[in-house]
Amino acid sequence: MSGTSHAHELQPVGNSHAGEVGKAANQQVVIDCNIRELYYGPFKAVRDTIIPVKKNTITAFIGPSGCGKSTVLRCLNRMNDLVRGFRFEGHVHFRGKDIYHPSVDAVAVRRYIGMVFQQPNPFATSIFNNVAFGLRLNNFKGDKHAKVEEALRRAALWDEVKDKLHSSGLALSGGQQQRLCIARAIATEPEVLLMDEPCSALDPVATRKVEELMLELKTKFTIAIVTHNLHQALRVADLTGFLYVDTTQGGRTGYLVEFGDSKQLFEEPKEKHTRDYIRGEFS
Amino acid sequence: MATSDTPGNSLLSALPGAPEINPFDGVDFNDLERSLRRPRTLINLVLCGLVAGMTLMALVPLFSVIWMLLWRGGKNLSLALFTQLPPGPLEQGGGFGNAILGTMIIVLMAALISIPLGVLSALFMAQAPDGSTLASAVRFSAKVLTGFPSILAGVFAYGAIVLATGGYSAVAGAVAVSILMLPTIMLTAEDAIRMVPAKMKEAAIGMGATKTQTAIMVLLPTAFPGILTGIMLAVARAAGETAPLLFTSLFSSYWPFSGHQLNLMQPTASLAVLIYNFSGMPFKNQVEMAWSAALVMVLMVLITNLLGQALSRNQVRS
Repeated sequence: MSGTSHAHELQPVGNSHAGEVGKAANQQVVIDCNIRELYYGPFKAVRDTIIPVKKNTITAFIGPSGCGKSTVLRCLNRMNDLVRGFRFEGHVHFRGKDIYHPSVDAVAVRRYIGMVFQQPNPFATSIFNNVAFGLRLNNFKGDKHAKVEEALRRAALWDEVKDKLHSSGLALSGGQQQRLCIARAIATEPEVLLMDEPCSALDPVATRKVEELMLELKTKFTIAIVTHNLHQALRVADLTGFLYVDTTQGGRTGYLVEFGDSKQLFEEPKEKHTRDYIRGEFS
Repeated sequence: MATSDTPGNSLLSALPGAPEINPFDGVDFNDLERSLRRPRTLINLVLCGLVAGMTLMALVPLFSVIWMLLWRGGKNLSLALFTQLPPGPLEQGGGFGNAILGTMIIVLMAALISIPLGVLSALFMAQAPDGSTLASAVRFSAKVLTGFPSILAGVFAYGAIVLATGGYSAVAGAVAVSILMLPTIMLTAEDAIRMVPAKMKEAAIGMGATKTQTAIMVLLPTAFPGILTGIMLAVARAAGETAPLLFTSLFSSYWPFSGHQLNLMQPTASLAVLIYNFSGMPFKNQVEMAWSAALVMVLMVLITNLLGQALSRNQVRS
């Protein structure tokens, strides 16, 4: 399955709209995600979801609870490997390489495709050690202090913590903890940052800060985000995929209904399901 | 409610058309007074008294033991006890320096055996997938071993080490004691590792940490205070064990050296066995020494525990 998939670049994929060529649509595809069927044991969780994640853009996954948006996101750096009974048909290509190929090490994949979780999850150690974690994982030999400072500055946290780098990361507020986790994730300069509802545990002020941060970060990284907040998707995402739950075949299987430029998807959705879902939120 | 910014309990009045409600309807305010004639007050008082009484009762044996140790053991404490060798019958003076050293050596060696075994198997039990048969079997064995009679550990080490090596030794004692330490360390360490929040483990794996890196850099440091508590409990138990040492390291009236070399393959004195031997002797000097040895042993365990606590507190702070 690995190999020649650079050909996927710039192709209009799946349900995306070739006509609506925004700036984001011209970017190179970093992750080409094509999930035909995804199972947890006997349970079919997701089907027919094709999402190209493009370089230096923010791609949002929206949809009702249980539609599999987090599942899809976790497929992109093989976090689902931790779930027993997980298997899927299809492929996920990262820069043209199939990350599910038997020869690929999931651990290495996660070093290129970092993750920020729903709950802020700093380690029970100092702020400095939290950010330096990834550097230590990779046996980074250079100037750790400079790297840590750079990551904390990028995560817009440096000014708040520069005087207490050696106090516990757990002592920070929820919003600060989440930015610390973002700093930790970007310290090793991954290609792609996956964010699984990064703001759902935060208050509006902290949410705003993290959103501003995402817009900053996309100049250097590529971001894919799962969010429950449609306003957030509209504010930050260049491209948005809408997933919905299909209950017609007995189970509850999520699938991609529509994918495209965020503005276009929110203002004039092509599909009825999308229209209904977005109208419910915005009216 | 949209009116939640209005102060006070205006919630009821804010509801349009809500009937007037007197919240104090049917409350007899005379009932508020405290009275011993009311059954609930009386029962409460009696039960509180019972709890306090039982708590004090539970403290009686503990404090009487400590008081007795301080009283009988403390009065003969001297520097000589820590530096000299045990006296022979009818001899005056002497000490149990070799037994203190022996206990330290045996417990240290036992810890060196049981800590790596215990912590690593705890890591396995905590990290094995749910329903893993091997993990359940290991956990079950550890629980069975918790209630293992200590004298059997001694018999086992006698058969496995003493007979095999041809003599009583500190090593055999350490093996016997480590069998008793192992289950405590395994079970407490497993609990401690399980207490590490799943989201921290997820964070590490999401960063691209291998299982080994996750264990070394996240799980074990985070669980360290709990693991240390288990180790301290085990050490405290090990230091006081007598039965397993009677068959294994036996006793010795000399320092555990051959020339200037530490010799672990010869019979070795320990505080527990010294207390056992001396307390039964018909000589006053030896009986007094047994009391002092008991006090020293309790203090050694206490100091180890305090050191451990200080260590784990430091760890949490950094």
